[in-house]
Amino acid sequence: MAEPLLDIRGLKTWFKTDDGMVRAVDGVDLHIDRGETLGVVGESGCGKTVTARSVLKLIDMPPGRFEAGQILWQGRDLIPLSMDEMDKIRAKEIAIIFQEPMTSLNPVYTVGDQIAEVIALHQKLSRKQAIAGAAEMLRLVDIPNPERRVHDYPHQFSGGMRQRVMIAMALSCQPKLLIADEPTTALDVTIQAQILELMQEMKERFGMAIMLITHAMGVVAETCQRVTVMYAGNVVEEASVEALFGDPRHPYTQGLIRSIPRVDRSAEKKQRLEAIAGTVPNLLDPPLGCRFAARCKFAMDVCTQGLPPLKEVGPGHYVRCVL
Amino acid sequence: MQVHRVSRQYVIRKLLIMIPSLLGISVVLFSLLALAPGDPFDELATNPAVPPEVRAALRAKFGLDDPVWMRYWHWLIALLQGDWGFSFVSRMDVSTLIMQRLPVTLIVIGASQILAIAIAIPVGVLAATRPYSLFDQVANTFAFIGFSLPTFFTGLVLILVFSIQLDWLPFVYRADIAATGWAFYWEHIKQSIMPVTVLGLFQGAALVRFVRSSVLDVIRLDYVTTARSKGIGERKVITRHVVRTALIPVVTLVALQMPIVFSGAIVTEQIFRVPGIGSLLISSMLANDTPVVMGVTFVSACLVVIFNLIADILYGWLDPRIAFR
Repeated sequence: MAEPLLDIRGLKTWFKTDDGMVRAVDGVDLHIDRGETLGVVGESGCGKTVTARSVLKLIDMPPGRFEAGQILWQGRDLIPLSMDEMDKIRAKEIAIIFQEPMTSLNPVYTVGDQIAEVIALHQKLSRKQAIAGAAEMLRLVDIPNPERRVHDYPHQFSGGMRQRVMIAMALSCQPKLLIADEPTTALDVTIQAQILELMQEMKERFGMAIMLITHAMGVVAETCQRVTVMYAGNVVEEASVEALFGDPRHPYTQGLIRSIPRVDRSAEKKQRLEAIAGTVPNLLDPPLGCRFAARCKFAMDVCTQGLPPLKEVGPGHYVRCVL
Repeated sequence: MQVHRVSRQYVIRKLLIMIPSLLGISVVLFSLLALAPGDPFDELATNPAVPPEVRAALRAKFGLDDPVWMRYWHWLIALLQGDWGFSFVSRMDVSTLIMQRLPVTLIVIGASQILAIAIAIPVGVLAATRPYSLFDQVANTFAFIGFSLPTFFTGLVLILVFSIQLDWLPFVYRADIAATGWAFYWEHIKQSIMPVTVLGLFQGAALVRFVRSSVLDVIRLDYVTTARSKGIGERKVITRHVVRTALIPVVTLVALQMPIVFSGAIVTEQIFRVPGIGSLLISSMLANDTPVVMGVTFVSACLVVIFNLIADILYGWLDPRIAFR
């Protein structure tokens, strides 16, 4: 098989705090192939966002630091690169959009200026050409009156429109990978669907890969080809969408899937929504064995003795569980 | 990057608001001076050569026995016609006296503010981008010392060192410099160095800490991460995306500090004998020269209001969210 576009191997991103080292990302392996959409799911604080920001080295260092691992971008490790070298990859090859469209744009510049800044830099265009390019990008993301709107400030746009602007900005240099860090979490449900649809459309148009970080399993089922499930800084399961929803192997994944509200079932059978009991372990001093053991219904003695390895249970289906 | 345009309406609205505020200030100033003890003709009372009737006639002539509101009305009408009144002591028009002194004060204050800003912005930004580094700690320590020491103390220390010990700079500011051409300017610059340094460093010290905390507030915001993800380089991230926004509150602070700068300038002018409006104010207060006191305080009030207007306009220019409201 061809070399993956992005291959993260054993990544550990730790943060130094007054209380000790927080092991936010503690040995993550995941890969994305060209043109595919990978979902990264897990609950708040499981290390999804830190993993995403590590790829572009957007982690403040200090307090953060890469403790171990490799981030191979088309075979080249990004971790030892200088910030100048990273700047040639940022936006041009890997772009990112964030959870909060309301605060992700600079309030004192027009959206056109902010998009044109990227275009002018990476495509070596004049400001005027770059502004025209920015208007073209706004048209692509379905913002009405792009020639006029390009001169508006972020506060003149709604949340959904700002996320469209962010997408326009991220795609303006036609990156090979778009990292979307919970792009719809802060938006209304109807707007969420529109943004996901837009991302899908853009993906087909530009042929890029997407790393979609979310905690909404429904979003994953609709948009992704493969899924990586994270728990407390580790990957616990990796599979194609069909395999994951059809045959979830890790107790945590099973819990996640059961916790999706289903209108059809709950209304008829008065079935209660199933929640996973307990909370995420403290990442300052993570448990020695399987990190989910304390919340797991099937936990055995062996589970607390050492971290189980990722084992292959089907083609491309990996689980970190002794069962 | 394109600069945001401030709407004309916004500026006009701000200009119109100035009128009632200046009227209010003048009423308060006038009433306070009317309430204050002291009479410009006190000296005449103890002078045996002046009979009491002459004094009474003088008081009547200058309208000093009229009720306060009538005197204020006369003052205001005269002011609107460009007549600032007449000094009892120096027998000159108040406007002439002020115009003789104002340029010196404006130059000293202007230069010291420029110095303060020129120090505070780079030092504050550098300190904030490397929080808790050696540079940050040194800058913080100096800033703390700087605004803890009063200007009359640092002023005297500078005079002791540079004028008395080293004899490099004159310690009395002279308006009557005999030299011409370049030498004239050089003398002026030489005698301005110490007052400008004292005022500028004092202001700059407070500003450094303010700029630092303002930059620290902005540098954590989401859009700074967005800017970093664009690959434009850390330098542009800081100058374009962080400093630009962080300066908005700094502009307000500089403008709001203007009254403090003026009162600081009065002290500094006394120490270095600068013939500015500060020393004019003090000498006329000691002489009970009410028209001059009124004129000088009103001019200072106007300057403060004007600086606030400038701040408002700059604010609207720096922050597009303001002017659209």
